[in-house]
Amino acid sequence: MERKNQNPIVNWIVKSKILGILFFVIIGAFAVYKLGTALFDNPSLFLQQVVNGLQLGFVYALIALGYTMIYGIIQLINFAHGDIFMVGAFASFYSISRYNVHLWFQNLFPSVPVMLAQIIGTVTVILVSMVVCALLAYTIERIAYKPLRTAPRISALITAIGISFFLEYFGALNFVFSPNYITYQRPFAVKSWFVGPSGFGSIESGIAPPAHSIIFSNIFLIIVFASLLLLLVLQYIVKKTKIGKAMRAVAYDKPTARLMGINSDAIISVTFALGAALAGAAGVLYAIAFPQVFFSMGITPGMKAFVAAVVGGIGSIPGAFIGALIMGQAETLSAAYISTPMRDAIAFSLLIVVLLIRPKGIMGETSSEKV
Amino acid sequence: MMLEIEKINVYYGAIHALTDISYNVKEGEIVALIGANGAGKSTSLKTLSGILHPMNGSIRFLEEEISTKAAEDIVSKGIIHVPEGRKIFAPLTVMENLEMGAYLQNDKDQIACDIRGVFERFPRLKERQNQLGGTLSGGEQQMLAIARGLMARPKLMLLDEPSMGLAPVLVEQIFEIIQEINKQGTSILLVEQNAKMALSIANRAYVLETGSIVLEGDAKEVMENSSVIQAYLGG
Ligand SMILES: Nc1ncnc2c1ncn2[C@@H]1O[C@H](COP(=O)(O)OP(=O)(O)OP(=O)(O)O)[C@@H](O)[C@H]1O
Ligand SMILES: [Mg+2]
Repeated sequence: MERKNQNPIVNWIVKSKILGILFFVIIGAFAVYKLGTALFDNPSLFLQQVVNGLQLGFVYALIALGYTMIYGIIQLINFAHGDIFMVGAFASFYSISRYNVHLWFQNLFPSVPVMLAQIIGTVTVILVSMVVCALLAYTIERIAYKPLRTAPRISALITAIGISFFLEYFGALNFVFSPNYITYQRPFAVKSWFVGPSGFGSIESGIAPPAHSIIFSNIFLIIVFASLLLLLVLQYIVKKTKIGKAMRAVAYDKPTARLMGINSDAIISVTFALGAALAGAAGVLYAIAFPQVFFSMGITPGMKAFVAAVVGGIGSIPGAFIGALIMGQAETLSAAYISTPMRDAIAFSLLIVVLLIRPKGIMGETSSEKV
Repeated sequence: MMLEIEKINVYYGAIHALTDISYNVKEGEIVALIGANGAGKSTSLKTLSGILHPMNGSIRFLEEEISTKAAEDIVSKGIIHVPEGRKIFAPLTVMENLEMGAYLQNDKDQIACDIRGVFERFPRLKERQNQLGGTLSGGEQQMLAIARGLMARPKLMLLDEPSMGLAPVLVEQIFEIIQEINKQGTSILLVEQNAKMALSIANRAYVLETGSIVLEGDAKEVMENSSVIQAYLGG
């Protein structure tokens, strides 16, 4: 039974979403003031934060896409997704430190320019992690989620939490990834450039860049470039290929999709694999940006990306992307201008604010597509 | 015999929806399945297309037992089910809906040719090929549902209430199209509330009542049966 609230004032407060809007206006005004003065006081520092936020946002976007796709197709919040990301990071750690995968091209063709060889090596490392994660997620889906397809939704959700713990603590075993924080060796040497009023140039080690310039590195470039490329590939798969169309059909109506001869279970497995591949790539990029890997490294980025997917409107691919970019900015800007320990609190309160005003997220209602 | 159903029983949990039902469809026929609301017409079609499975009994299609096969395998045998309520994929365009109908077809040229074919039959869909399925009118959606079914190149088409919610002119148009499809070699099992219309184009008919077949025969005979006239033809 639903109890109707008879008090007209309470009713009005609920209906008009006044609390959310007020909250939004106050926080918004505060944020605009803070950011405005920051931009005015030191534009290059501000832009530097935006660049850093962009880098983080793109990594979150890759993770968020998996959350949103899996939710779109079986309405499951895959809590193990952050741990797939962790496995992706570790897969690249091993392929670099143990198997020198990043050097294969250089070793095979020593005369090729180093830069090209490094790019090819890095791309290979990312691809290896993507494949590992896709296979892992495919297996998990077959073993753990598929048998629960007709079970109540909560069963799959609890299973996802179980898998998450399993991946973390199995990973923490000494003969697997170990419980230690491990330094990550990047597949390429870091190189930075500055751009600003004093022009553009590369930063040599030991020499400080000119004042008031923005610094960015090849890490930033590879993250932005790889993420955009993967997003485009994903968009292409979902929009143009037969399997992508089938994914949307299955997400919309499973029984009818089956009447067309679409094997919905296979399509769901493919969706898991695809989402996991993106998380795997995110794991590599994250480890390159913050060169340390450990068994629980997936929890926080996973949580943030999940929030990003919800803020953007869970089930929507463009929504996940926008949500992730907002999360990245919120996190770096609040770390820079409010306080570092507060940054997570602020990022998560963003979730509350957005949901108070748009319960379905930014792109939730307007876009009719679920995958 | 193209399709032969023998003594099947279908349950929804404890609900016994179909009791010892037997019927058949011969090559080239239009067979009507009529009955009141809740008689089990849709349940019968869902059992044929593998969305549901019978507890016992047999379903043979072209001499092959299909009662335990999965829905997607049954499509590949040549049975297509155009479900009640059209069930268009709303977020997919008209074109994409058609492509989903051809999901198990692998020959690209043939698919393109089939799409041209259905556009000839349904010029309205051609105009709207890039529109989202969910934004079509009810009549257009019904046409798309049938067109999407044709894309699978079926030998047998199961149609569940194609006239539902359509204006009389459109109903007539849809029934003409069904006859045309049949003339071009597709057998049809037609479920209808609109018994008069269904019987007027069918070769044979079965009358379903609370999960059992209570009458069967040539469409003409069934149409002249007094109890049918009373119950379904408003006589
Ligand atoms: N998913 C279900 N769970 C339980 N019972 C069901 C389910 N679907 C149908 N039934 C029951 O099975 C019986 C037959 O339903 P069915 O949908 O086959 O009827 P129908 O002849 O197609 O009716 P209509 O003309 O209204 O479409 C009904 O009593 C219905 O309540
Ligand atoms: Mg029905």
